[in-house]
Amino acid sequence: MSTLTKTKRPRGNIGTFLARRIFQSVIVILIVTLIVFSLLHLALPQGPALGVLGMQATQEQIDAFNHKNGFDLPLWQQYLNFLWQLLHGDLGASFTLNKPVSVAIGQRLPKTMALALIGMIVALIVAIPMGIYQATRRGKAGDVALTAWNFVIYSTPSFFLGLILVIVFSQWLRWFPAQAPQGSTVGEVLSNPAGLVLPVLTMALGIIATFSRYMRSATIDNLSEDYVRTARAKGTSVTVVVTRHVVRNSLTPVIAMLGYYLPVMFGGMIVVESLFNYPGMGLLFWSAAQTSDYPVLLGCVLIIAIATVVGSLLADLIQALLDPRTRGELA
Amino acid sequence: MSDVTATPAAASAPQPRTAKPGRRALARFTSNRLAVFGLIVLVFFLLFCFLGPLFYQTDQVHTNLAEASLRPGERGHLLGTDDVGYDVLGRLMIAGQTSIIIGLAAGVLATLIGSFWGAIAGYVGGWVDSVMMRIVDAGIAIPATFLLLIISTIARPSVPLMIVVIGLVSWLVPARLVRAESISLKSREYVLAIRAMGGTHSRAITRHIIPNSVGTIIVNATFQVADAILLVAYISFLGMGVQKPATDWGAMLTSGISYTYAGAWWLILPAGFCIVLIVVAFNCIGDGLRDYFDVKGRLK
Repeated sequence: MSTLTKTKRPRGNIGTFLARRIFQSVIVILIVTLIVFSLLHLALPQGPALGVLGMQATQEQIDAFNHKNGFDLPLWQQYLNFLWQLLHGDLGASFTLNKPVSVAIGQRLPKTMALALIGMIVALIVAIPMGIYQATRRGKAGDVALTAWNFVIYSTPSFFLGLILVIVFSQWLRWFPAQAPQGSTVGEVLSNPAGLVLPVLTMALGIIATFSRYMRSATIDNLSEDYVRTARAKGTSVTVVVTRHVVRNSLTPVIAMLGYYLPVMFGGMIVVESLFNYPGMGLLFWSAAQTSDYPVLLGCVLIIAIATVVGSLLADLIQALLDPRTRGELA
Repeated sequence: MSDVTATPAAASAPQPRTAKPGRRALARFTSNRLAVFGLIVLVFFLLFCFLGPLFYQTDQVHTNLAEASLRPGERGHLLGTDDVGYDVLGRLMIAGQTSIIIGLAAGVLATLIGSFWGAIAGYVGGWVDSVMMRIVDAGIAIPATFLLLIISTIARPSVPLMIVVIGLVSWLVPARLVRAESISLKSREYVLAIRAMGGTHSRAITRHIIPNSVGTIIVNATFQVADAILLVAYISFLGMGVQKPATDWGAMLTSGISYTYAGAWWLILPAGFCIVLIVVAFNCIGDGLRDYFDVKGRLK
C-alpha cells in the first residue's frame, strides 16, 4: 500500500481496532440515512401525503395528514423523527402494496439472500480451484485461456449473459425453464431447483470471473514468498506446499473480498431477478421504481446499505483476526 | 508566488524515469498485444458509429411498419429491421454514439470528481479526511443501479442527465485510489519544499499531487469508462434509459428480448456483442496503460 502505512504500522490490539471500526460504521450508516432522507425530499418535496392519500386528496386532508405525521415540522426535526422510526424498524408504508415497507421487504429479502448465497457458494467452489490452477500454471495455455474467458465474462452485461443461457439451455436444449420458480417463501422457491439453475448460473459466472482473478493474484503473490522457497528447499513437494500453505494464506484476502463485494452483488441481483422474474427484493425494487413507490425504494436502499456496511466490517474483522499486519492499514 | 514555479518540480509533465521516456513507454504499450487489440477495436467503433451513418444512411427517427421485422439481407437491410422498422445496422451506429458518449463523458467526470476528492482528503488528512472518506464509504454502500433507478423516477432520462448521474455515482473508487496516492505524495521533499517556500495548499494539490498521480488517474479512468458503458446498458435494460427515438446498445438489446423465442437473433446478438467488444476494448487498454504507467489500478 502507501509508504505511510508501511512506515507507521500500529500493531493495535483487536479491541481498539474493533471499537474504531464500529464507530466508523455507525457514522457511515448515518450518512446513508442522510442521503436517503435527502433523496426522499428531492423526489417528494411536498412529503408523502399524495402518495398515501391518493391524487384526489383535498388540501385539508393533506394538511391534516402532514400535521398528524409530523411532515409540517422543520426538516431537521423530520430527519430526527425519521431516524427514530428507523431505530424501531419502521420504514414507513408502501404507497401501492397496502402494507408496511418492512413487511414487504421481509417477505422478499430471504428469497434474495437464498439466491445470492447459492450463487456465491457455486461460484466460489469453481473460482478458488480455478485461481489456484491458473496461478500454478501461470502463462501457460490453460491460464491464458481462462484469463481470456474471465475477461470476456467480466465485460458482458449480466442480462446479455443470462439471455444467451436462456437461448441455449431453455430454447435449444430445453433442459431448464427460462423463468425462475415463483412462490412466497424460500421453501417454495427452493423446491423447484430446475428453475433456479439459469439464474444461479448467470450470477455465478460473473462472480467466478471476479473471484478467480483475486484468487489467482493472491496465490501468485504467496508463491513468491520466502516460506515457499524454504519449504521447497527442505524437500516438500509442490503439491504439498500449495495445498498446505499457499492456499490457506491466499484465501484470507479473498474471503475478506466477499464483504466488500456485497454492493456489487446486490446491484447485480436486481438485473438477474428482473430477467428471470425471480420474486426477490431486486424485483420488488424494480416494480417500486415503475410506480414511484418511494418508501419501498428507500427502504430497500437502507437495508442493502446496512448489509454492505456490516459486510465490510466483518471482512475487516476477519482479516484483522487472521492477519494482524492489516490492523493499522484498514483504519 | 511566481518564483515558486521555478522550483525543479517539473511535475506538470510526468514522464517515466528512463533515458528516452516517450519512445520506451510507447514500446511498452505496443508490446502489450491486448492493449493494441483494444485500441484497434476502439478506433473501429469510433469510425463505425460516428462516420458510419455518413456512408450507410438510414432513417432512425421515423418508424416504418411496412419494413418491420425483416430478416438480415431482406430488401437491402444488411442486419434486418426491428419490430418498428428501424434498420438494425444503422441503429447500431446511432446507439453506439449514445453508449460511447455517455460512457466517455461519465467516466471522465467521475475520474475528475474522484481525483480531486481523494487528493484533498489524503492531503489534508485528520478529521477532514475521515469525514470525506466516510462519505465515500456511504456512497459505495448504495449500489449504483439502485441509485440510478431512483433518480430516473425523479427526472426523465436524457444523455446529459445520464452523464451527470453516472458520473456522480461512479467517482467513489477513483477517490479512494487517489487518496492513497495523495497520502504517500504529500510527505515527499518537493511537496514539503513548495510549502516551505510559501506555496499554497491548493497549489500543492493541483500542481503536484494530482499531476504525480496521473498514472493511477488515467488507468482508472479507462476502467471507469468501461464500467460506465455497462451501467448505461443496465439502466436501459431496467427500462430507465434514454427515450425513443434515441437509443443505446443496451436499449436495442432489451427491446429485442421479447423476440428471443421468435428466433430474431439479429435484434439481440449484434447489440450485445457491440457492448461486450467495446467494454473488453476499454479493459484491454486499461491493462496496457497500467503496464505503461506501472501502477496498481485494479487487482491483477
